[in-house]
Amino acid sequence: MSAQLAAPAGVPMWMVAELTYRCPLHCAFCSNPVDFARVQSELSTEEWFRVLAEARALGAVQLGLTGGEPLSRPDLELLVAEAHRLGFYTNLITSGVGLNDTRMRGLKDAGLDHVQLSFQDSTRELNDFLSSTRTFDLKRRVATLIKAHGFPMVMNCVVHRLNIDHVGRIIELALEIGAEYLELANTQFYGWADLNRAQLLPTREQLQRSDAVVADYRQRIGNRLRILHVISDLYETRPKRCMNGWGTTFMVIAPDGLVMPCHAARMLPGINLPSVRDASLAQIWRDSPAFNRFRGDQWMPEPCRSCPEKSKDLGGCRCQAFLLTGDTGATDPVCDKSPLHSRVLEIINAPALSPATQLPQQVTARPLVFRTPENSERLLIGAP
Amino acid sequence: MDDLTNDSATPLPRASFPRIARLYRFQWEAAQNAYVLLFPEGMVQLNATAGEILRRCDGRQSADAIIADLRTAFQSDAIDADVEAFLRTATHDGWVEWRDTVAP
Repeated sequence: MSAQLAAPAGVPMWMVAELTYRCPLHCAFCSNPVDFARVQSELSTEEWFRVLAEARALGAVQLGLTGGEPLSRPDLELLVAEAHRLGFYTNLITSGVGLNDTRMRGLKDAGLDHVQLSFQDSTRELNDFLSSTRTFDLKRRVATLIKAHGFPMVMNCVVHRLNIDHVGRIIELALEIGAEYLELANTQFYGWADLNRAQLLPTREQLQRSDAVVADYRQRIGNRLRILHVISDLYETRPKRCMNGWGTTFMVIAPDGLVMPCHAARMLPGINLPSVRDASLAQIWRDSPAFNRFRGDQWMPEPCRSCPEKSKDLGGCRCQAFLLTGDTGATDPVCDKSPLHSRVLEIINAPALSPATQLPQQVTARPLVFRTPENSERLLIGAP
Repeated sequence: MDDLTNDSATPLPRASFPRIARLYRFQWEAAQNAYVLLFPEGMVQLNATAGEILRRCDGRQSADAIIADLRTAFQSDAIDADVEAFLRTATHDGWVEWRDTVAP
């Protein structure tokens, strides 16, 4: 056996199916690629059936149905029914737009296991501003509908500078709507969030305050509501172990069938993402250059290669490394051992971060770029 | 049964009927060669003993009956404390809920 052999592929237990890039919301922190308007040809129902069966045969068991807005697909109920038949645990990850009683009943009958409902804030004003829609009241109604149909519910809220000071009220909202879990996901700066990083990155003080609020609530409410706190690592000195390691556990299928090791991998240069239209999922998972590129530790540069901590963080996040250093194979610069750690310090010490922006009106000095097909087209042709 | 905690001073209600809690799904996964517990966006891979215990938590057998069955399966009379400890933890973690009457 060659010493150069990449680490074994493992089992892709988690599959995320991005059914479409179409979405009624226009969130300024969306993780979809900024050039999503380029993608036209969505996988058909039959193509998804094949992908689901191949994934299940590889050992995938958790299925996240997302997008875009997965309810934009009229065949969502069919896809859930097939996934359920194959033995997947099915998670619908939705904005709630389009989730009426008829579709809810159809999804229940199809065997849907759980619904994750996103809110953008605890207030109507900021929820509607951040998503560039009037959806707050609708989301409240959808939450009631989800509980009426007996689904376990995760409330998801992406957290950033404009809403992080509302974390206590966001937790109160989750309790009020009867969610079993609350995912407080600090913004990860890829895709649209990276475009809007200057307005969305919270200050260190904001993060510390919100951590304290979360800790306090956890102690008081116990198991009634489980809070999953996804932290951003820009203020840390060691990077996160991204996606549990490249090509170890996760795969994301894009609307057009590209298979990705993480949500943001589509933007990485030099990674030729394979498509389910050209190969089986087993071939892609086990043999494709894209999935083997960062498996194991053979790819690592210094200081990772000789680092005693390399098996903990696996060199960090490839997308963050690319966005901040221009080199997909570099040590994640969040690590203070990285020769380029100063790039992170420049971001978090930027003067613009000192006074926290509080209200949407104040953002207009430098407007947020909302995730719309029009903005995506504009970014595609490189216009300002 | 919120009062059932990891505290071993609380007696296990051995005449009651434990079952997998509503939030969880329990199934065999061939790829992992193990029983797993599935829940929103998460999974616990169970070791063989945990799998054998939870497999019997169907709401139709009392804890007493489950323990008697496991004594036969494991050919040992010294398992009560281990099974009780596991059921206590599983209840504390929300995996298992209890009914006073047999499930329909």
